[in-house]
Amino acid sequence: MLILLLAPAILWLLGLIVLPHVDLAVLSLRERIGPREYTPSLAQYRTFFLEPLYWHVFVRTAVMSIISTALTLLVAFPIAWVIAKVARGRGGSLLFLICLIPFWVSETVRTLGWMILLRESGVLPALLVHLGITPEPVELLYHDATLLVGLVYTSMLFMVVPLVSALESLDDSLIEAAYDLGANGFAILRTIIIPHAAPGITAGCIVVFMLTLGNYLTPTLLGGKNSQWFTETIYTQFITRFNWEQGAAFGFLLLALSTLIVWGGLKLAGQRFGEVMQQT
Amino acid sequence: MIPSLPRPAWLRAGTSLTVATFLLFLFLPLIVVAVFAFNNAPYPAPPWRGFTLDWFLGNQALGRIGMFQDTELLASIGTSCLVAVWVTVLSVLLGTTNAFLIERCRFPGKQALSFLMLAPLVIPGVILGISILAFASRLADLADDMFGLELDFLRPGLPLVVLGQFSYIATIATLTVSARLKRFDRTLEEAALNLGASQAALFRTILLPYLRPALIGSAAISFLMSFADFNTTLMLVGSDSPLTVMMYGRMREGATPVVNAVSLFLMIASALLALSLLRRGKAAKR
Repeated sequence: MLILLLAPAILWLLGLIVLPHVDLAVLSLRERIGPREYTPSLAQYRTFFLEPLYWHVFVRTAVMSIISTALTLLVAFPIAWVIAKVARGRGGSLLFLICLIPFWVSETVRTLGWMILLRESGVLPALLVHLGITPEPVELLYHDATLLVGLVYTSMLFMVVPLVSALESLDDSLIEAAYDLGANGFAILRTIIIPHAAPGITAGCIVVFMLTLGNYLTPTLLGGKNSQWFTETIYTQFITRFNWEQGAAFGFLLLALSTLIVWGGLKLAGQRFGEVMQQT
Repeated sequence: MIPSLPRPAWLRAGTSLTVATFLLFLFLPLIVVAVFAFNNAPYPAPPWRGFTLDWFLGNQALGRIGMFQDTELLASIGTSCLVAVWVTVLSVLLGTTNAFLIERCRFPGKQALSFLMLAPLVIPGVILGISILAFASRLADLADDMFGLELDFLRPGLPLVVLGQFSYIATIATLTVSARLKRFDRTLEEAALNLGASQAALFRTILLPYLRPALIGSAAISFLMSFADFNTTLMLVGSDSPLTVMMYGRMREGATPVVNAVSLFLMIASALLALSLLRRGKAAKR
């Protein structure tokens, strides 16, 4: 019985996760010296550090992902608070449901919406001209700010859900007690709400960060030509240039970055991975 | 602050305003997509030139190809459905066996195994895609070199897309099914066995009906996630594009409102799916 249940799990994890990644590691640690001739080397990683283009994109992707995660938290927190605490009875669950609806639709559709809204011939530039704010339609697409709007939008759900479940478990009487003892809103937020919601905040931030870092669609469609995302670099090496060794090295660097920041975030919040995953 | 505490008027007004702005932010892109599916213009952009159904029903004779005549687009929807069905079946099956493995079995290394099961969620989709692509190619090359076999399913194409999506959607199915199995009251099982039920009867008459909501739920989620997947698919796709990849290609070139029309259909379909799931959920609670 155990063997029967164990076999599919092992097959899945070994065949689709572990072995492919081992293979990718091997691929990234070799260099092509002739047709079908390879030698082990660190050349691929050397290229990354010596070529400013690559690590600039890498650092940019990391920084933008962190900014985007912070913004998502700032936008999602008030809404999660309203859903969990302020709205009464059915109002809260209805609002929650409404917040989930857009995420049943694929990211492609949502990005298309932003493109129609923001591009030079789009809805918002036309509206701005109509209102007399700008004399000519302005291009709102292909800026870093646009990219951030798109990224925050795309990952909103993964922040709202853990926040709501963390805030719902907070006992209202704690807040009332603090208020009666003379705490102001800020003190309540800092000493009661945030410590209580910390697991939810960490869970949300980690998931959102990983999704943002690994996003491909939103940066390619909303970001400009001169604002590459690291996943695009990987795609170019792997699919367009067919330089698999280089692409594999880039893939590992992205994976390392993602793992490092997730690990760091957990350490910072003093939490364990398993517990955080339970939250989501 | 919470309603039981005194809230000044500005705070209440501010709360309503925040919610309203947030909802606008959430729905504006979707509304725009839906509205411009009906615009009588060759591009999904303002100004509004009147209402038309051309982007749904149009054909060669009208000079505009609507979504129902766009064979390329229809084929990609078919491809997406085919992939999604395979991914759903595989994920729900594996999710169920994994749930029993985690909740019912004891073996050395279980902790490590259940930890490893979460890994696919932490690995960016692009990397899952390239690692499976590289590994499959290596296997295919190996088979070719050693036995002279041409294993086409290991080259970029739909079988690889299915495997790539399955590799992480299986984790989600596992989490959903084990969460329900964990809450199962084991005394029901003991009662059935005491009354002489066989293991098979026990599974069929007690466990399966109990797990049904989770199985249906995880099937729906798997189907939707597979349908919407882009990152992993893009790396593994061959000559048949699923819908997301097809739409992406067209959006880069500057699409006609046909893409809006398809998007509207996707929205309606997912809304219906969400509603029916919700109704089931409510009925099950009663």
